[in-house]
Amino acid sequence: MDLALEEGTTLERTPGGPEGTGPAEKPRSLWSDAWRDLRRNPVFIISALIILFLVIISIWPSLIADQDPLNCDLAKAQQGSQPGHPFGFDGQGCDVYTRTVYGARNSVTVGVCSTLGVTLLGGVLGGLAGFFGGLSDSILSRVTDVFFGIPVVLGGLVFLSVVTSSTVWPVIGFIVLLGWPQIARIARGSVITAKQNDYVQAARALGASNTRMMLRHITPNAIAPVIVVATIALGTYISLEATLSFLGVGLKPPAVSWGIDISAASQYIRNAPHMLLWPAGALAVTVLAFIMLGDAVRDALDPKLR
Amino acid sequence: MGRYVIRRLLQMIPVFFGTTLLIFLMVNVMGDPIAGLCGDRQCDPATAAQLRSEFGLDKPVWQQYLTYMGNVFTGDFGTAFNGQKVTELMATAFPITIRLTIVAIVFEIVIGISLGVVTGLRRGRPVDTTVLILTLVVISIPTFVTGLLLQLLLGVEWGIIKPSVSSEAPFNELLVPGLVLASVSLAYVTRLTRTSIAENARADYVRTAVAKGLPRRRVVIRHLLRNSLIPVVTFIGTDVGALMGGAIVTERIFNIHGVGFQLYQGILRQNSQTVVGFVTILVLVFLAANLLVDLLYAVLDPRIRYA
Amino acid sequence: MLLEVRDLHVEFHTRDGVAKAVNGVNYSVAEGETLAVLGESGSGKSVTAQAVMGILDMPPGKISGGEILFKDRDLLKMKKDERRKIRGQEMAMIFQDALSSLNPVLSVGEQLGEMFVVHRGMSHKDAKLKAVELMDRVRIPAAKERVGNFPHQFSGGMRQRIMIAMAMALEPSLIIADEPTTALDVTVQAQVMDLLAELQRELNMGLILITHDLGVVADVADKIAVMYAGRIVESAPVHEIYRAPAHPYTKGLLRSIPRLDQKGRELYAIKGLPPNLLHIPPGCAFNPRCPMAQEICRGEVPPLFEVAEHRESACYFWKETLDAR
Repeated sequence: MDLALEEGTTLERTPGGPEGTGPAEKPRSLWSDAWRDLRRNPVFIISALIILFLVIISIWPSLIADQDPLNCDLAKAQQGSQPGHPFGFDGQGCDVYTRTVYGARNSVTVGVCSTLGVTLLGGVLGGLAGFFGGLSDSILSRVTDVFFGIPVVLGGLVFLSVVTSSTVWPVIGFIVLLGWPQIARIARGSVITAKQNDYVQAARALGASNTRMMLRHITPNAIAPVIVVATIALGTYISLEATLSFLGVGLKPPAVSWGIDISAASQYIRNAPHMLLWPAGALAVTVLAFIMLGDAVRDALDPKLR
Repeated sequence: MGRYVIRRLLQMIPVFFGTTLLIFLMVNVMGDPIAGLCGDRQCDPATAAQLRSEFGLDKPVWQQYLTYMGNVFTGDFGTAFNGQKVTELMATAFPITIRLTIVAIVFEIVIGISLGVVTGLRRGRPVDTTVLILTLVVISIPTFVTGLLLQLLLGVEWGIIKPSVSSEAPFNELLVPGLVLASVSLAYVTRLTRTSIAENARADYVRTAVAKGLPRRRVVIRHLLRNSLIPVVTFIGTDVGALMGGAIVTERIFNIHGVGFQLYQGILRQNSQTVVGFVTILVLVFLAANLLVDLLYAVLDPRIRYA
Repeated sequence: MLLEVRDLHVEFHTRDGVAKAVNGVNYSVAEGETLAVLGESGSGKSVTAQAVMGILDMPPGKISGGEILFKDRDLLKMKKDERRKIRGQEMAMIFQDALSSLNPVLSVGEQLGEMFVVHRGMSHKDAKLKAVELMDRVRIPAAKERVGNFPHQFSGGMRQRIMIAMAMALEPSLIIADEPTTALDVTVQAQVMDLLAELQRELNMGLILITHDLGVVADVADKIAVMYAGRIVESAPVHEIYRAPAHPYTKGLLRSIPRLDQKGRELYAIKGLPPNLLHIPPGCAFNPRCPMAQEICRGEVPPLFEVAEHRESACYFWKETLDAR
């Protein structure tokens, strides 16, 4: 006996919602919609600018710092700010400003490379497990459980304490090794969700091959949550590298790293707090920029909670 | 309910063995287990070989792992670098770290949930924005920086706390280290509670509760909070393990002689027995906390209890 | 009069602008009377009810004008706490989806008993006995055993009975039922509706029945108000409206009911879509979809014309509509 009317009360709760994008307006894709939101979001703009700046000085640190970070003069150790050396000197008499600028490179390298590795490995493994389900899925779930059982900092200490290389690669390798299960879980979940979409079912019914389904229908829909989590993770990886370097197992001198400098500064905390504050501030701003970027992207892609 | 618990317990067995095996491999394959046994010098080849066969290190790794696990189940965790039994180290270290973790969890619950509820109910208002920005800042500053700064300000500059904790580590000395340890999780708890509250505040059953003419306090506490806290409890529960593992940094900064300290010493001195032993216990704690979360989940959500 | 809504205006402030959900609604309900409010999604029927009940989400909602007189007192001028005490005790609401409207983590006994604990100061033990009594009254089998069960353990029809029991608990004088049977199976719909009507008679309550189902209305309602784009476009005693609608929109609604004697013929549907509440068409909001629309309909908003006693229509051409059967 129902009238030929729409059911539900959604409209009454959010008037102007669904009918606001009536047939007259062009349907917008998730991405272009998100981009439209992001361009207007000050948080996004600020964090993107900070990140752009960081990337530039990681590639060409000499643009804004003309000294050598390893050229130190013990005679000037612990001295404060002076002309040409705005941040003063550290315990070895190295210029804090130069070291802070040069520290960006390793942090950004670790962050970017770890994130790429983690996303590739976790995304592919998690995506495949979610797509095929069954045994491969159960095995992956148990394996990720195992990795989640290991506290990250502890794993880092065990794994990296025997490494003597002063390059960034052992740290990156370790982060990829312990970080991929997080992305794998997200990718698995979003692939399972995407798989249940009607049009994906329809494509399957029409006889699309597995490869085609994955590349054309599932990946574009499942990738958004992965990108969001990966962006935020990038920030936490930078923080993790600094923590490991602080504990003496991450980057090792002569590598230049904010973590190493903070660790060294902690001995002089009483007399020369400037040695601690500058690299710590740079580190915090960098991590904050990536986390805010991820947050803004998530808000743009998931308009549910505005 | 019983079947649910048994299924969870069974699922934990492979995780326990997988995690301990992984750590065992890391320690024994990556490092040299006997390197720390001859003091600071290199062992001479003859002693080294003797030590190897004494500890069964000449056998294949899987056999070593099984032997070790067999010993662990009889309560033998081996010997630390200074000749002390690893179990003795544990007996002094664990109570300290457990106290530290309790302080951290209490901070998470009290501050995190309160802030989350306040902001979740006032979304978009100044208090919400302020707290949200603060949580981002706290998440962004690595724990060791927060710890060093608090130590510098509260301990060195203002003299409110002792910069390093005494060896008995009573609760009152652990307040600031506990806050440092909790800081990042606390921010996450705040954000999680906020999101959960904001989502549930729009739920139909909350509207019903308002329509029933219940006072606002009752609507929030009895109807809204109970539902919103389910994901928060899950997070805090799984965080117990992470906190104990993450205590390494905090314990190092404040010179607390807990699990993190012993582990750090064990790793520096390449004493595999200490490291694997402590990690095994930590994994067990982590799994127990997870089981507890599952049980709590069932208590809080009848839909799971009766599924 | 038990309840009188006078010239009520409600708007929602959204990101895209101000949505005018209710634009000057008038209606009234007497004791023992049933008013059916009819309309599509977005017509403002639920928003009006939520405003009466005082459960509108504010913000984004805002009551921008009008009065709601309940027992001759303006609810909109009352203090928050005073208003709260009326909810549940003197007026109660039944929602469409009982599963989501009942708290999933509290037993139905707790949720029913809560009414007595909060409003009557009863002990939890007595409140539980009351809950069993109520469940018996809405004919839930084995009430005593099931009082500790949770909402998800009941069937859809039983859950809606629990919602009804909760609304009836303190014997209010006004019940607002927002699509109480829409989510139920057809066979259960009639049972639940009968129960509601029976309890209404027993307690002599006023009932506002919000629905888009004309079939339900015919059996239980005394009068009907048809809403479109936040306005009442026609109001009339129930039988007259079925006999001869005086507004083209009502007419369209009636014609779109599938009927057995018209088997084989194509179903009628009102052309076009409900209006966007951010941009309500000028003049009569229905004019873009109306088969009878003339120039005048695009100019001024039509007032309510008195068609007969207790009968009004907001159409310039109500006479023509009445005559053109």
